[in-house]
Amino acid sequence: MKCLITGGNVKVLGKAVHSLSRIGDELYLEPLKDGLSLRTVNSSRSAYACFLFAPLFFQQYQAASPGQDLLRCKILMKSFLSVFRSLAMVEKTVEKCCISLSGSNSHLVVQLHCKYGVKKTHNLSFQDCESLQAVFNPALCPHLLRAPARVLAEAVLSFPPALTEVTLGIGHGQRVILRSYHEEEADNANKAMVTETSIGEEDFQQLHAPEGIAVTFCLKEFRGLLSFAESANLSLTVHFDVPGRPVIFTIEDSLLDGHFVLATLLEQDPCSQDLCSPKPCQPVPQKEAHSTPHLDDFTNDDIDCYMIAMETTVGSEGSRAQPSTSLPHISQPSHDLAPSSEEEEEAEPSTVPGTPPPKKFRSLFFGSILAPVHSPQGPSPVLAEDSDGEG
Amino acid sequence: MRFRARITSRSVLELFIQVSGTVTKLAKVCVLRVCPDRLCFCSTGLPGEARLWGEAKRGVFHHFCMEGVSEEFNEIYLELMSEHLARAIKNAGYASSLKLQLTNKLRPCLTVVVELASCPGHTRAMVHDLPVKVLPRRWWKECTEPRVWASDVSVYLPSLKTLKNMVERMANVGDRVLVEANLNGKMNLSVETNVVTIKSYFKNLGNPPKAVMDTTQGEDPENMVQVRVDNRKLLLFFEGQQINPTVALCNILSNTLLHLVLVHDGISLQYFIPAS
Repeated sequence: MKCLITGGNVKVLGKAVHSLSRIGDELYLEPLKDGLSLRTVNSSRSAYACFLFAPLFFQQYQAASPGQDLLRCKILMKSFLSVFRSLAMVEKTVEKCCISLSGSNSHLVVQLHCKYGVKKTHNLSFQDCESLQAVFNPALCPHLLRAPARVLAEAVLSFPPALTEVTLGIGHGQRVILRSYHEEEADNANKAMVTETSIGEEDFQQLHAPEGIAVTFCLKEFRGLLSFAESANLSLTVHFDVPGRPVIFTIEDSLLDGHFVLATLLEQDPCSQDLCSPKPCQPVPQKEAHSTPHLDDFTNDDIDCYMIAMETTVGSEGSRAQPSTSLPHISQPSHDLAPSSEEEEEAEPSTVPGTPPPKKFRSLFFGSILAPVHSPQGPSPVLAEDSDGEG
Repeated sequence: MRFRARITSRSVLELFIQVSGTVTKLAKVCVLRVCPDRLCFCSTGLPGEARLWGEAKRGVFHHFCMEGVSEEFNEIYLELMSEHLARAIKNAGYASSLKLQLTNKLRPCLTVVVELASCPGHTRAMVHDLPVKVLPRRWWKECTEPRVWASDVSVYLPSLKTLKNMVERMANVGDRVLVEANLNGKMNLSVETNVVTIKSYFKNLGNPPKAVMDTTQGEDPENMVQVRVDNRKLLLFFEGQQINPTVALCNILSNTLLHLVLVHDGISLQYFIPAS
């Protein structure tokens, strides 16, 4: 096997590896007749990603030496990523990148030919394995939308970096809505800020989905593909179905294509399904002395009814025993508010911890079980997939 | 209880973003006080700590209407995480409008709607629901407008950018900065350690008119009034100040308090740093 990549394509390959690294810890490399395929899957099998680089992407592409079997191997993502760790440096100094098998077929050799005659050679150990195949078919998904990656990237800009899940759906007037998702049971659900972006259908190149449909998936894994697509200036197509069925993101151009398949939450609680924000409504009632009498499109969600309960209890000032601490710190529990008030004892910022995707995600789409069939160092039991590289 | 406000002016929006960014650096939790004629930001904190007080007059808003807790107490006090507010409006610099509304979506929220008109006909809206706590009246006294004592001296500040650079460099040398000023428009900043003293002299700054009238007769206008404050607290104030305000001044209460005031177009920011 021998692949030679030159010029700007080296950085493209590097970026692809970076986005794959957001998903899984192992990179499955397989040179095919159609091109070089790089795949990965996450540990809970709820996310799969695959890039296929066509032979034209390379200056020289040879899937296998004559008489040799096609290589099918997996490498530690960390090792492969370290070759392309600093994309800025790759862009500035690397002129050519050559991926091949070492003479004894024991290592994958990645050689970077840099400026000033510097040559960096990485010998990566790998494991032979079965081809990683996920069973999915974008054509079977009834709904799709397509937009320049930039549009979606701008939409997720406002979400906190630590946010794990996001809900994508169609709201009133065929607007595409992206909303931050928080599990209802989590302690911080009540304290977390909810952000929702809506994008008009005019920003989409294609939009075939009914109003009211919504799916929730892992944002962190999605961001990987989004940043790649944005830097390559490509359009992103989203194929989806009912909640529970995986969502498929695809990008393509003449030299490469990419597929990211993410599982979606099976159960949707009623409020997150309600992506249709209230329509703009009635003018501001004239009873306020200070209002400017013009039509405004504020929602009718005002807090009036909540406060009716509060007003009846706020009469007694100072008659309640204050908490014993002498600090006049505001956020003490205030149990005298309306019965529906929640307990808030501290005022820490509600960052969503980086929890792995909840167990409700189902891995629906794996057809084959991976096992190291031929290990260069001799047979090893099927279950003992040692993640530490040999040698 | 009702609160609806809308900002459409670009400059006001930028100021708002700046104020909320500054508030985030100074206090984790802040209180929004909605009054009939203005919106106030207040940082809560322990008595020895620096405090912030921001105000946006109602005229700054394109639309402003509110209905307080009751006729008699026509105000609303909302406690929220400063970081939420800053994050919600951080990218609103190019928004065509920013709407604030107190809503009840399963729990009290301050809903911030940022509308971006990226190109003609294409509107994109971002809606943020910030969880807020409506403070009962017995907590209102924690967030009153800070009393401004008659200061010993009051002087206009030099360019904020210059000040920020100076304080940053001084922060590398020592923990505390000595700020002094007099009624002849002079101000000095200095930091002192065992081995080195760095001092910056500013002159011809001018004094606000009220300050001059307040002085008791016979006091030498050359007399420097000084206060020593923590470097980092001072630096927090200068961080993120991108815009040159219309009015920037400081009041010094000798050895007790440094009071910085920035005013720009109906939005003002006051920062009180106690001596340390």
